[in-house]
Amino acid sequence: MIGILEDKDRIFTNLYGLHDWGLEGAKKRGAWNATKDMLDLGRDWIIDNVKASGLRGRGGAGFSTGLKWSFMPKEVTDRPHYLVINADESEPATCKDREIMRHDPQLLIEGALIASFAMQAHACYIYLRGEYILERERMEAAVKQAYEAKLIGDNNVHGWDFHVYIHHGAGAYICGEETALLESLEGKKGQPRLKPPFPAGAGLYGCPTTVNNVESIAVVGTILRRGADWFASFGRPNNTGTKLMSLAGHVNTPCVVEEAMSIPLRQLIEDHGGGVRGGWGNLKAIIPGGASCPVITREQAEVALMDFDSMREHRSSLGTAGVTVMDESTDIVRAIARISYFFKHESCGQCTPCREGTGWMWRVLERMAIGDADPSEIDLLLDVAGQVEGHTICALGDAAAWPVQGLIRHFRHEIEDRINTYRNSRANFAGHTIAAE
Amino acid sequence: MPIAKVNGVEVEFEQGMTVLQVAERAGQEIPRFCYHERLSIAGNCRMCLVEVKPGPPKPQASCALPAAAGQEIFTDTPMVKKAREGVMEFLLINHPLDCPICDQGGECDLQDQAMGYGRDGSRYSENKRAVEEKNMGPTVKTFMTRCIQCTRCVRFITEVAGVPDIGMISRGEGAEITTYLEKNIDSELSGNVNDLCPVGALTHRPWQYHYRPWELKKTETIDVMDALGSNIRADYRGSEVMRVLPRVNEGINEEWLADRSRYAVDGLQTRRLDRPWIRENGKLRAASWDEALNAVAAKLKSASADRIGAIAGDLQDAESMKAVLDLFRALGSNNTDCRQDGAALSGDIRESYLFNSGLQGIENADAILIVGANPRTEAPLLNARIRKAWLNGKAEVAVIGQQADLTYDYAYLGEGSKLVGKPTKAVTDFLSKAERPAIIVGMGALVGETGPAVLNALGALAKKTGVVKDGWNGFNVLHTAASRVAGLDMGFLPQDGGLSVADMLKPGALDVLFLLGADEVNASGSDAFRVYLGSHGDRGAHGADVILPGAAYTEKSGLYVNTEGRVQMAERAVFPKGEAKEDWAIVRALSERVGQTLPYDNLNQLRAKLMADVPSFGRIDYLAPSASFDVASLGVKGDAGDIAFVSTITDPYLTNPIARASETMAELSRERVAPVALAAE
Repeated sequence: MIGILEDKDRIFTNLYGLHDWGLEGAKKRGAWNATKDMLDLGRDWIIDNVKASGLRGRGGAGFSTGLKWSFMPKEVTDRPHYLVINADESEPATCKDREIMRHDPQLLIEGALIASFAMQAHACYIYLRGEYILERERMEAAVKQAYEAKLIGDNNVHGWDFHVYIHHGAGAYICGEETALLESLEGKKGQPRLKPPFPAGAGLYGCPTTVNNVESIAVVGTILRRGADWFASFGRPNNTGTKLMSLAGHVNTPCVVEEAMSIPLRQLIEDHGGGVRGGWGNLKAIIPGGASCPVITREQAEVALMDFDSMREHRSSLGTAGVTVMDESTDIVRAIARISYFFKHESCGQCTPCREGTGWMWRVLERMAIGDADPSEIDLLLDVAGQVEGHTICALGDAAAWPVQGLIRHFRHEIEDRINTYRNSRANFAGHTIAAE
Repeated sequence: MPIAKVNGVEVEFEQGMTVLQVAERAGQEIPRFCYHERLSIAGNCRMCLVEVKPGPPKPQASCALPAAAGQEIFTDTPMVKKAREGVMEFLLINHPLDCPICDQGGECDLQDQAMGYGRDGSRYSENKRAVEEKNMGPTVKTFMTRCIQCTRCVRFITEVAGVPDIGMISRGEGAEITTYLEKNIDSELSGNVNDLCPVGALTHRPWQYHYRPWELKKTETIDVMDALGSNIRADYRGSEVMRVLPRVNEGINEEWLADRSRYAVDGLQTRRLDRPWIRENGKLRAASWDEALNAVAAKLKSASADRIGAIAGDLQDAESMKAVLDLFRALGSNNTDCRQDGAALSGDIRESYLFNSGLQGIENADAILIVGANPRTEAPLLNARIRKAWLNGKAEVAVIGQQADLTYDYAYLGEGSKLVGKPTKAVTDFLSKAERPAIIVGMGALVGETGPAVLNALGALAKKTGVVKDGWNGFNVLHTAASRVAGLDMGFLPQDGGLSVADMLKPGALDVLFLLGADEVNASGSDAFRVYLGSHGDRGAHGADVILPGAAYTEKSGLYVNTEGRVQMAERAVFPKGEAKEDWAIVRALSERVGQTLPYDNLNQLRAKLMADVPSFGRIDYLAPSASFDVASLGVKGDAGDIAFVSTITDPYLTNPIARASETMAELSRERVAPVALAAE
C-alpha cells in the first residue's frame, strides 16, 4: 500500500479529475447524499460534530473550524449572517483548493450549504483568486447545476434558502487574509482590517461573518455523512482527519494527494512524491507548508510528521501542507531571497513594519545571495525580521519574517561561506571599499 | 467606571475608550503618527505599540485596542521600547532626512519622536525610495518622499471634508498618497491636511519656504473671513503675519480652519492703505492726518443731520462700529446701517438674528432645512458639522434654494420663496416629523424686496413645525459677515425712519456718506461726499473723497460676535501699516474735530461704554442658552412672492477686501470657482 490513507477513506474521490466533475458524477460519488437529513438534525448537531471531528482550519492557521462557527451570534438580529469561503489560494507551492474547485466543486457547494445553515447564513460568497480562471468557470457551472437541481437557491429541496455568489479577485496575495478579503469583497482596496472587531462580530458589510478555507468547507459534508469518529480516527489527537497535501520541487513525481494527518513527512515524500530527486541523502531542506513557513533541514524532515503540532515542534508550521522539497543543488539563500521578494511585492503597504521591512529584508538577501554583504548583516537581518514579526496588523509581516528566520537558523554557515567566497574573489577587499568606487 | 492598570497605577476609564486613551489618562504619553482624535482609527503606523495583559505575548497597537476592566497596560517595558524603536527605524529608512530644508522642521512629529525612539545612526545601507511629487492644488505643497503613509490626509478629506480626492494607490513599498490623476483637491478645507500631516510631505504651498517656525511670534486671535468666528493663531515675523493656524475651540471650529480664513493672509500685505488721501479736482493726493480729518469734519459739520449717513462693513470690530454709531447719533443722524447686503433683519429680538441652536448644537438636530444658503461656501466649518451629523446618521438635510454639492445628500425641495410663503406638505412634514428640527436661513433668502415677507413666513413655518419650542430652538440665521451680529446687537441700524443702505446709496440722498470698511456696496451712484475708513484699497476706497487708513483684523484688538451670538476678543498681532491707525481712534479723533467729542479716551473706556449700553458684549466667549421666542412675529407679513434664492456669496474666495487682495485667494478662485477651460473644449 502506498501511504496511509486507503482509497475507501478518501473524501475527494475525484481529486485528479478522472471522473465527471458535474453534478451527476458528484452525486454518484456521494455528494448531496442525505444532506437534508443532516440539516434536519439541527445546527447544534452539525457544529458539535464538526467540533468532535477535530477539524482544524485548512487555510494554514489551523484554528478549530467548529469552534470558529460557534463564535457566530446565536440569533440573527437586524444584520444577516454571511459565510465567506476563502478561495484566494495564493501561497506559493499551495494548489490544493484548486483541485477541489476543478474536480469536486459540488462537495464545496454542499459544505457551504451545511456551514451556512449551521451559522444561519442565507448567502455565501466564494472569493476566488484572480488567476483562477478555469476554476471560476467550473465553480460557476457547478453552482448553476446546483441551482437547476434545486439543491440551493430559494425554496430548494433542503428547506433553507441559500445563495452562492462567486466573486473573482484581482490577484493580490493579501486578499487571502480574511479581513482584506472582506474589504476587497466590499469593493474596497484589499487591506487587512484591525482586529478586534473580529469578523464573527462585524465582518462583511459590518455583519457577522465567518471566513473559511475551501478545504475546510468541502470536507464537512463527508465528515457528517461518515461521522465525526471516522474523521477523528486519522492522525494524532489534536491533529485529526485527512488533508490534501501537495508536493512540489525536487521530488520525482510532484502531486497533490489526500493523506491522513500526521503521516511522516519522509513517508509522504517517498510514497507519493516518488522520493527526493537523487535519493533522500540528496535532500537539503524542506518548506513544509507554503512559502511563509520556515525551512526545516533533512535531519528534521527525517522525524517530522505532517501535522500542526509536530511542525511547530520543529519551529516551522504545517501551513497549507504545500511541501516544497529542495535538494542539494538548491541555492537556499537565493531561494529565500526570491520568497522574500514575493512578500515584498505582496505587502499591502498599510502598516509600517511590513511595508518598510519586507523591502529591506529582500534587498539584504539579494546581496547575501551573491555574497556582497558583511557578516554582521546576518544579525542585522535577523533583528529586522524580529522587528517585523508580531508588529503588524495582519500575519503577512510574520509570514515575511519566518522564512528569513528559518534560513538564518539553519543555513547561517552558507551565508557566511558565501560572503567569504565573495570577499576572497575580490582582491581589493581590506575591510573597506577603495576610494575610486 | 471600570479600572485598568497603567504601568501598575490604577486608572478609571469610560467604557469604549481605547488603551491609548486610558494610558493618556494615566499621564503616559503614547507616541503616534496615524492616530488622530477626530478621524477614524487606522492603526497603521504601529508607533503606539504597548504591552497588554491579558493578551498575546506581543505588543499591541494601543490606538485601536479597546480597553477592558482589569487590563494591565505597560508603556515602558523593554519589549515596548524595542518595538517602537523598530517602527521608528522603519519609518526613517525611506525618509529623506532633509529636515534642514523641510518646512515642517521644528514642528514635525517624526523629528520629535525620533528624539525619543530613534537610533543615533542608520543601519540601512540600501538606496532610499524616492516618490514623485503630486499636484494637489494651490494650497498643498507635496514632497511625497517624506510621506510615512499614515493616511491622516486621506481620512480627513474623505470623512470630514467629504470629497474623495485623496487616496493611497499601489501597495507595499510602492504605496503612494495621491490625488486622482493629478486632480486638485476640491475642498474648501484642504489646508487642514497640511496641519494634519505629521511629517513634511504635505505643507502649506502659499507659505512654502517663507519662514521657519521658531522665528515666528504667535498671537491668539479671531478669524473674520466668515461669521463663525473661528479661533486662530496669527504667527508673525516683524510686521508681517506669516501664517494663520487654527486653535482648538470645540464650540466653533473644533481644530479645523477653512482655506479662506487660512490663506487670505497674504492679502494683508498688498493693496494696503497706509496714509490718508484727499480727492482734489478728481484726483487723490496724499494728505496728512490733520488735513484729512479736518476735511471730513468740515463736511460733517456743514451738512444737516438727516443728510449724513454711515455704513459699516463686514470685517469691522464692534468698537469701531460703536464709535461711529455714537458719533452719528451725537450728530443727530439716524442714517446708520450695518447690513450691506440689505438683509431683512432687525435688532429687536436677539434670537431673531442668531444661530440659535449653536454651531455645536446643530449636531443635535435630526432634520436640517437649509433655506437660501450654501453653507459650504458661506461657512465651510458649519458645513463640516452638518456633514458630521449626516454621516453619523443623526440628521437628514433638505434644501430650499440653489442646488449645490454640499458633500452630503439632501432632499431638494425647491428653489425659492414660493415654498416658504406657501409651504408644501413635503416642507412641513420634513420639519414636523423630526424631534429637533432646525432651519438654517441664509442671507440669500432675506435679501431683496421679499426678504421681510420670507422671514415672516419662515417664522410662521418654524412655529408651526416645532422648530422653536420649549427646550429647543432650531431657528438659525447664518450670517456671512463677521461684524453683522455685533452691529445688530448695538443697533447699527436705521433709527426712527433713518435711511437703510439702499436708500443712502441713492443719488441725492445724502451729503456725506461715511463708509466704515464698507466694500461690498456699490456707492458709485451716490453723489454724496464719500469718506472711506478701511484697510485696503478696494471697492469702498474707489471713488472716495477722503480715505482714512485703518487697521486690518490682525492689527487691532477688537470684539467680534459670531453668528451664534458668542462674543470673542481678537488680539493685535502686528501694528497697522504706515500711518494707518486703529479704526476707533480715527473716529475718536474725528469726533473731536466735529465738536462732538466721544466720551472715551482709550479702548478700555470705549469697551466699558459698549458693555454698559449693550450688556450682551460683557460676557466674552460665552454662548447664551437660546431662549424660546415668538418666532412668528419676525419680519413683515406679506407676499413672499416667487423668487429663486441665490446665495449672497458668488465667489467664496473673493468675499472681502483682504481676500480680494490675496494672491492665493485669486488662484483658488481661478482653480476652484471658474476652472480654466481645457483646450479641447
